[in-house]
Amino acid sequence: MLRDGSVKAMPGLNHHTNARSAPVAIRTRDLNLWYGQFQALFDVNLNIKRGIITALIGPSGCGKTTLLRSVNRINERIDGVRTTGTIEVMDEDIYASGVELLQVRKQIGMVFQRPNPLPISIRDNVLFGYRIHTPKETLRHSDEDAIVEQALRQVLLWDEVKDSLHKKATGLSLEKQQKLCIARLLPVKPEVLLMDEPCSALDPKGTEAVEELIWELRGDYSILIVTHNMAQARRASDECIFMLLGKVIEHTATDKMFVTPDRPETADYIEGRYG
Amino acid sequence: MFASSELNQRNRNRERVFRVLFGTMTALLVLPVIIILVTLVVKGGPVISVEFLFGNPTNGMTAGGIFPALLGTVWLVLVALLASVPLGVAAAIYLSEYAADNWFTRAINLAIINLAGVPSIVHALFGLGAFVVFFGLGTSILAASLTLAIMTLPVVIVATREALQAVPQSFREACWNMGATRWQTIHRVVLPNAITGVLTGVILEVSRTAGETAPIMFTGAAFFLPFLPQSVFDQTMALSLHLFVVSTQVPGMPEQLPFGVALVLIGIVLIMNSLSIALRMYLRGKKKW
Ligand SMILES: Nc1ncnc2c1ncn2[C@@H]1O[C@H](COP(=O)(O)OP(=O)(O)OP(=O)(O)O)[C@@H](O)[C@H]1O
Ligand SMILES: [Mg+2]
Repeated sequence: MLRDGSVKAMPGLNHHTNARSAPVAIRTRDLNLWYGQFQALFDVNLNIKRGIITALIGPSGCGKTTLLRSVNRINERIDGVRTTGTIEVMDEDIYASGVELLQVRKQIGMVFQRPNPLPISIRDNVLFGYRIHTPKETLRHSDEDAIVEQALRQVLLWDEVKDSLHKKATGLSLEKQQKLCIARLLPVKPEVLLMDEPCSALDPKGTEAVEELIWELRGDYSILIVTHNMAQARRASDECIFMLLGKVIEHTATDKMFVTPDRPETADYIEGRYG
Repeated sequence: MFASSELNQRNRNRERVFRVLFGTMTALLVLPVIIILVTLVVKGGPVISVEFLFGNPTNGMTAGGIFPALLGTVWLVLVALLASVPLGVAAAIYLSEYAADNWFTRAINLAIINLAGVPSIVHALFGLGAFVVFFGLGTSILAASLTLAIMTLPVVIVATREALQAVPQSFREACWNMGATRWQTIHRVVLPNAITGVLTGVILEVSRTAGETAPIMFTGAAFFLPFLPQSVFDQTMALSLHLFVVSTQVPGMPEQLPFGVALVLIGIVLIMNSLSIALRMYLRGKKKW
């Protein structure tokens, strides 16, 4: 596998700010988050680069999911959540006034720990996001066929499900469900994909298949992936972020983090995991 | 190695005692239901005929049929449904899908639960005061149905809310994360999956309505009206009240007749309940997640 940390040039993106360094997909500044009285994130400052895969690791409860869910503002649906600081995605402040929340959610796709296809057909799952973001007048059945095929091909699922597009998605194996959950994000052309332990519900074969798929998507999307699996982080990411108790401890190239981490906590965690 | 010990024996005996105990309790519970049904069928069965179901009462209600009462009950239930279902379902959707979980919603939920516990005679008096007198509807099908609607509203809300909450949260999250609005989420995913529960709850509630007597007695049901209601502003006869009347208020009533009326009333309730169960099984067979 290729892992040179380079960033493919992405056409059509406005790099008006921060021209000095590699273009940033997600930038957080002094991000703090509270669930009621409990503070879950402390001064998180991150520059997550475009077009590569960044892994987010750390012990259970350190705030990985919380950070991920802040980036598409889904945390706001939880009562009692309070956030300070800023988050910019593709150089735009997602908390700025005038930002359309529904666009934020559309541009930033999310994949969950447990595959959660909707209890409708495979085809309708793939088209769900597309349909809610396309005006009724411009929906065409013929377009839809092409979109379904393209999305399912991108997630390496087309050949397996092309004859059962009208079957319930919830009847698929977990691996295929998870691939479908990724496929349904693609038709609305998101910039960023957030994945919260996308393989943890899968068996080793499924894990491998989904990892392979994520690697296929590299370059076309900026991917931030939470994982508990050190081997996975090491195999399948360009950069790696280590978090502990709500703070970012280290953010470097994956190769470096797993060989010569800067911080002792990182080394402890990585080694602890290997026993 | 596998021989039974004394402790095993003791536990086994205790097991037997409790099994018999709980079994007896269940039998005691089912027995009255069976006795009631058998009595009704044996005593009331012979009265049932086409003439009984579709004829007018004659001879001071001691003969003839029950059609005005039967039709009246159908009217009352339908109009009550039309009022309570849209209102109740909408309120339940708001409470479970939109409202934040704060003291205000909790207070509303508490109020709804308490409303469900209000005795029906109190609803009757409320209906009399509010619909018959204040809104000037007079004693009419409309006033009686609205009273029934108010009375059954909490049940509709609770049943709907339970059905909505049975839809896994992960479906909602999936939708929201794709940028769906709450309404898109509700009408594309939540409602289609909750509809079974909603329908079942509603039908069960309807069957209760059919048997209510107190709420309609003061508000729209008449003892005896030998003609059919022409509009919702007319009074009407109703099966439940008719049963009360023929059982207690009319001298010289043939012994079988009240049983026949009761049988018809129970029949309606049973038919509606079976419908709801059949519907539930049918819809559940179609869905899978
Ligand atoms: N809705 C919530 N209300 C209150 N506290 C929460 C909530 N969600 C998470 N927390 C707390 O915030 C902290 C961070 O949780 P989070 O789910 O982000 O951790 P995580 O790193 O994703 O853990 P895991 O590896 O187990 O998934 C935890 O201590 C958790 O208990
Ligand atoms: Mg998590």
